[in-house]
Amino acid sequence: MPEPQKKKLDLNRREMPKQPPEVRRHNFNEVALGYPVEIAVQEAKRCLQCKNPKCVAQCPVEIDIPGFIKSIAEKDFAAGTRILKDKNCLPAMCGRVCPQEEQCEEVCVLVKKGGQIAVGRLERFLADWEAEQGKLEMPKIPPSTGRKVAVVGGGPAGLTVAGDLIKLGHQVTIFEALHEVGGVLIYGIPEFRLPKVIVKREVEYLKKLGVEVVTDYVVGKTRSIDSLLEEFDAIFVGSGAGLPWFMDVPGENLNGVYSANEYLTRMNLMKGFLFPQFSTPIKNHKRVAVIGGGNVAMDCARTALRLGAESRIIYRRSRQELPARLEEIENAEEEGVIFDFLTLPIRYIGDENGWVKEIEYLKMKLGEPDSSGRRRPVPIEGSETIIPMDAVVCAIGNSPNPLIAAATPGLEVGKKGNIVADEETGKTSKKRVWAGGDVVTGAATVILAMGAGRKAARSIHEYLCSL
Amino acid sequence: MFKVIESQMIVPNIHLLMLEAPAVARQMKPGQFVIVRADDGGERIPLSIADWDVEEGTVTVVVKNIGSTTDHLASLRAGVSIPTVVGPLGNPTEIKEYGTVLCLGGCYGIGSIFPIARALKEKKNKVITVIEARSSYLLYWEEKLKEVSDELICITRDGTKDHRGHVGRLTEIIKSSEPINRIIINGCTFLLKRGSDMSRPLGIKTVVSLNPIMIDGTGMCGVCRVTVGKTTKFACVHGPDFDGHEVNWAELLQRRKTYMREEVIPLRTSRCEEHAITSSPE
Repeated sequence: MPEPQKKKLDLNRREMPKQPPEVRRHNFNEVALGYPVEIAVQEAKRCLQCKNPKCVAQCPVEIDIPGFIKSIAEKDFAAGTRILKDKNCLPAMCGRVCPQEEQCEEVCVLVKKGGQIAVGRLERFLADWEAEQGKLEMPKIPPSTGRKVAVVGGGPAGLTVAGDLIKLGHQVTIFEALHEVGGVLIYGIPEFRLPKVIVKREVEYLKKLGVEVVTDYVVGKTRSIDSLLEEFDAIFVGSGAGLPWFMDVPGENLNGVYSANEYLTRMNLMKGFLFPQFSTPIKNHKRVAVIGGGNVAMDCARTALRLGAESRIIYRRSRQELPARLEEIENAEEEGVIFDFLTLPIRYIGDENGWVKEIEYLKMKLGEPDSSGRRRPVPIEGSETIIPMDAVVCAIGNSPNPLIAAATPGLEVGKKGNIVADEETGKTSKKRVWAGGDVVTGAATVILAMGAGRKAARSIHEYLCSL
Repeated sequence: MFKVIESQMIVPNIHLLMLEAPAVARQMKPGQFVIVRADDGGERIPLSIADWDVEEGTVTVVVKNIGSTTDHLASLRAGVSIPTVVGPLGNPTEIKEYGTVLCLGGCYGIGSIFPIARALKEKKNKVITVIEARSSYLLYWEEKLKEVSDELICITRDGTKDHRGHVGRLTEIIKSSEPINRIIINGCTFLLKRGSDMSRPLGIKTVVSLNPIMIDGTGMCGVCRVTVGKTTKFACVHGPDFDGHEVNWAELLQRRKTYMREEVIPLRTSRCEEHAITSSPE
């Protein structure tokens, strides 16, 4: 057997260390552990530094990706952090939850040479590196313009608008309905995927930049948009997609049937897993079925698993059509979530006390492609099956929260209850009011909401400068 | 943070809390509610509003001490602060000129029916207020209610005041006061249900203020869903007022029991230290 003459340079994409599945399925600590310094540098050195980088064009917030990667390769992490934060106030979060495989990494030319550059992991590396240094580098903020902006909703879109506008010298106040800022990053995405301490760190950074935060304040109830317009020069509405869908099947209001929002909010915002130290309870069910196949469904199934349940995903199409990120699907599979594909629940059956005890479902087969291009699931006649189940989590999506639209005259609302806003500027039908994120698009991703926030911030800034 | 301005046990086990929340007070209308948290790790619970003062910037709630969070709220003394008072949430009770309106309140609902009766009176309705408790010593705010009612009638289970019995006595009260154009009920789910049962055969429109479990109170979590007629509604954003003759009471009563066991678990663990800190005078 011929021996390799020299140790060849490893050109493959570097894997990120993770907690082993058999360990992590019993705890709520973060699954992915992040690149150690030397691995991050090795990964960064793989970058070809394209002259016309396709990745930047694919990034909704236009980060200079080759720029920050070059700094990592040169071990100048402080410089890299500056480049990163020039365009993204929330890198520790984006590095963790953005679907890079559909954005920057999708177009990386290294795809056939050992795999795309791990942009998300490197972004996370820099953000975590900065936090470990213990001191944040503050950007220079121009003198105050005296203009005031109200941001309604402290989720990813609102935080981006706040970060962008405060750096341009405007005064920014975030109004948040819940008792903590972060929106879906706080109430939705679980601790094991995005530790809340990271969200808090990034919100603290915005506060240090001068962003004011008012929690427990429901715009549309505590104060109207029209009243805010008397005090503020411009308003950005990023109130999210907070109205859960149910399937309208019999038994859906039995005890033990939850919306994904309820299940995740009990866990994440209210810390139900620490009951009774935190006083919001969550049940430790033995068998939990999660209906749906998106990222939220994966989050629910993996949460149920960690609470000690036999946890399964019930999805009406096949594995190929799952809308969740591949990484999350693989994580769920490794941890032991059971996947029932081509299955559609048609009825929940309750016990004598009104608790769900069984699910009846139909088996499906894939038919012709539908409008989404995916093959349409078709029920197989006579395939009704009943299985025992203690809890059901319905993770089939959300509509935009109607509260603000209903309380604001002159704000145009679309068919699905979404606020109508210009795609490029975020301008709504109401003067001095912009909107973006899930309240405009319906439930989508964190980074798309941030992208919409970035565009709206630019348009708001133009408007404020024209005054 | 929201300061406790006044805290008082008004009758055994029922507590009044006046909270400083000027922004909430400014927008408050009868029939709305707030969500409060008693401490940083606390759960979010909905409480109907019993009164408010725009100038003083306060809202007043009446709370029955029944689970761990209400127990904690009951232990708060004037001067301390709680982390969350958010609202006003839900739709206000519809107040129009109806003619004669019977307002029925029990438990905390004796408090929250007060602003409703007051608003009805201001709209020139004849207001008959009926309040219900196990015994006369558990009734409160009678003077306040008299001021905004044409008539105040009490039902006590032991007969120590006015009518003896339970809400079942409502039928005869209604019949002796006819014609009644509308009934509005605030209180525990059982009272809402029984009251609606009484008025159904008489064909009088009955509005009930539902009180299911809630978390955010803005339509996000869906835990407060109730079946009204044939459709599922979210009590927090579509209610809390609904037609009592349309509500699926069995489902609501069963859903309210979801966390009955957990609601008292923290009471079994001592919180003495915490209470000692929050209730000790400076």
